[in-house]
Amino acid sequence: MKVYITGAATTKFGELWSASPRSLAREAVTNALKDAKLSVKYIQALFVGNMLSGMLGGQEHLGAFFAEELGLSVAAFKIEGACASGGLALHNAINSVLSGQYDTVVALGVEKMTDHKPEDVATALMGAGSDEERAAGATFPGLYACLARAHMQAFGTTEEDMAAVAVKNHFHASLNPNAQFHSSITIEQVMRSSKIADPLKLLDCSPISDGAAAVIVTNKLGTGLPAGKAGNRVQILASTVATDTLGLAQRENLTELKATKEAGKKAFHIAGVSPKDIDVAEVHDCFTIAEILAMEDLGFCKKGKVGTLKHLVVNPSGGLKGCGHPVGATGIKQVVEIVDQLRGRAGARQVKNARVGLTHNVGGSGATAVVHILKI
Amino acid sequence: MVGIVSYGTYIPKYRIKIADIAAAWEKEPSEVIGSLGIDEKAVPAGDEDAVTIALESALRCFAPQGKLRPNDIEVLFVGSESHPYAVNPTSTIVGELLGIGHNYLAADLQFACKAATTGMIAMAGLLAAGHARYGLAIAADTAQSKPHDAMEYTSGAGGAAFVMSGEHAIANLLADTSYSSDTPDFWRRDGIRYPSHAGRFTGEPAYFAHVMGASKRLLEMTNMKPEDFAYCVFHMPNGKFPRDVARRLGFTKEQLAPSLIVDHIGNPYSASTMLGLSAVLDIARPRQKIFMVSYGSGAGSDGFIWQVTKEITKPKQTVFDQINNKQYVDYLGYLKNTHKI
Repeated sequence: MKVYITGAATTKFGELWSASPRSLAREAVTNALKDAKLSVKYIQALFVGNMLSGMLGGQEHLGAFFAEELGLSVAAFKIEGACASGGLALHNAINSVLSGQYDTVVALGVEKMTDHKPEDVATALMGAGSDEERAAGATFPGLYACLARAHMQAFGTTEEDMAAVAVKNHFHASLNPNAQFHSSITIEQVMRSSKIADPLKLLDCSPISDGAAAVIVTNKLGTGLPAGKAGNRVQILASTVATDTLGLAQRENLTELKATKEAGKKAFHIAGVSPKDIDVAEVHDCFTIAEILAMEDLGFCKKGKVGTLKHLVVNPSGGLKGCGHPVGATGIKQVVEIVDQLRGRAGARQVKNARVGLTHNVGGSGATAVVHILKI
Repeated sequence: MVGIVSYGTYIPKYRIKIADIAAAWEKEPSEVIGSLGIDEKAVPAGDEDAVTIALESALRCFAPQGKLRPNDIEVLFVGSESHPYAVNPTSTIVGELLGIGHNYLAADLQFACKAATTGMIAMAGLLAAGHARYGLAIAADTAQSKPHDAMEYTSGAGGAAFVMSGEHAIANLLADTSYSSDTPDFWRRDGIRYPSHAGRFTGEPAYFAHVMGASKRLLEMTNMKPEDFAYCVFHMPNGKFPRDVARRLGFTKEQLAPSLIVDHIGNPYSASTMLGLSAVLDIARPRQKIFMVSYGSGAGSDGFIWQVTKEITKPKQTVFDQINNKQYVDYLGYLKNTHKI
């Protein structure tokens, strides 16, 4: 059975003081349905990716919560996997269609983080780590700083190499009207920004953001539904998930994310393509080192050799660093960006002749990785 | 027409450098100073509080052998967010010590940093209605902040008092307005020692929304433009916000500069805008117009347009004379003076 995305939309990402989780979800889903030229009454299930609503807002039961908000009483689920919640929501949406139980479903990623103090958000985000890490007082910048330090020691990666990721992603974000940040930055600015967790500085770290994104997943292409143009549909060639130990201390090797390697390998195998066939990719740059690890672990370049990558455009949306990282929404936003790229609708950041794209979404410090491969 | 007849200010002489607070918490001083735009802040002595500061400011409104006497005052409002009592008026302690007599209306106000400017608007109404001839509006605070919290770098201390009347004003009130909403950006529950705040929410949805709201309304209702004013004064929670809001509204750096006490003494909370106005009155000349908008968390902004008259005179001691009369304490001295240890 072939599975397609026929509608895709995101809200603006950023400090959205006047937006609520309800208004964000309504906006993303309404626009995704419009994009698919589909009425909401054809939606048979709703998969919601979100991490922090319970801990910060006291609200769980998000399947029912958002189904009500959208005027639906269909099957509805919250899927959580830390920052991979969005990717996992999509994986489950796809599986529900592959199972034959549903034909057309929505995968929605939504997060509202800016209504809380940064220290409360940082504490809640550590729910993605292990209890030992929490007891030791670690925060996510600290954990990724360990990964950065290990990478620097093993391969001679420099702080400037990492800064280059932030510079590139801010440049892409400056071309994305929905991105949180709109100014380009320089290597000097990254190097001069305040230390957060050595060697990671402020501009090596993705921000706290609000936002939502939604995609319509279906096995039908107009049968019984308002017809969508063939040019609108994007096929999902692979959707894979792998997990690794929750905490860094139990990993086999700190210079790679095994979950990324496993999910990536499986995805390429199922899709019948290899890394060199990918024209455009959205990878999980929660911190600059994370993008470097992703490029290596997905097989786009050898370890320590990310500077040699030439043909591939990575994170045209601005990535998590430039576009923003509303945790549960990111995994879906990455897919929306690739869908727009493959359809030729990415405006100033359009990658020429993009035919095959990849998204990579990670939970925690690499305990979950989700990879999607899409083609038009 | 109602206006300011005389003003008095008091800034405690102790200062602590922001760099010393940052160093105590092992933060990079240049980053803190760069992000807040403040170099040092005023620290009260251990025996100073909102009452003593209110009294000092008020006493300086009355020149020895001057025509204006304390018992001319018929309305006395004190605005503060550090009144020593939840129930017991600061205003009557000050009134008693000033020698106002008994035939006056006294009240304490609270509305975060705009408590006293609210009092000024209310007082202007009473004076214009002929309900009183002279009123005294005082702002005084020994601003509280929790050690290691971001507010510790900006919370200062100071006071400003204005005698207002319909006669002999040195600056007339041409127009006023107020902009209010339920916006919980900064608060302190009854019985809790230190205030809480909502981080970045204190910016756009709080300070900027209300200051811009009141400012735009004030300009609209008077059909005036920023160029019509010699000076502007805005509430100064840090060095950045007033500069940013002035720029957004179309005021120049030169119009704003004389009011910027914040760079030197931090944020004296309810006295911030009124001290800024006092610093401007210290140098203002007849017929010059001054645009002034305060901000109080919770939230609201009071806007005023003043016009200086020919009655204005050079003060014996200016706000900046007091700012420059200073003695440094270290972080330990700061903790002792503010009763944290």
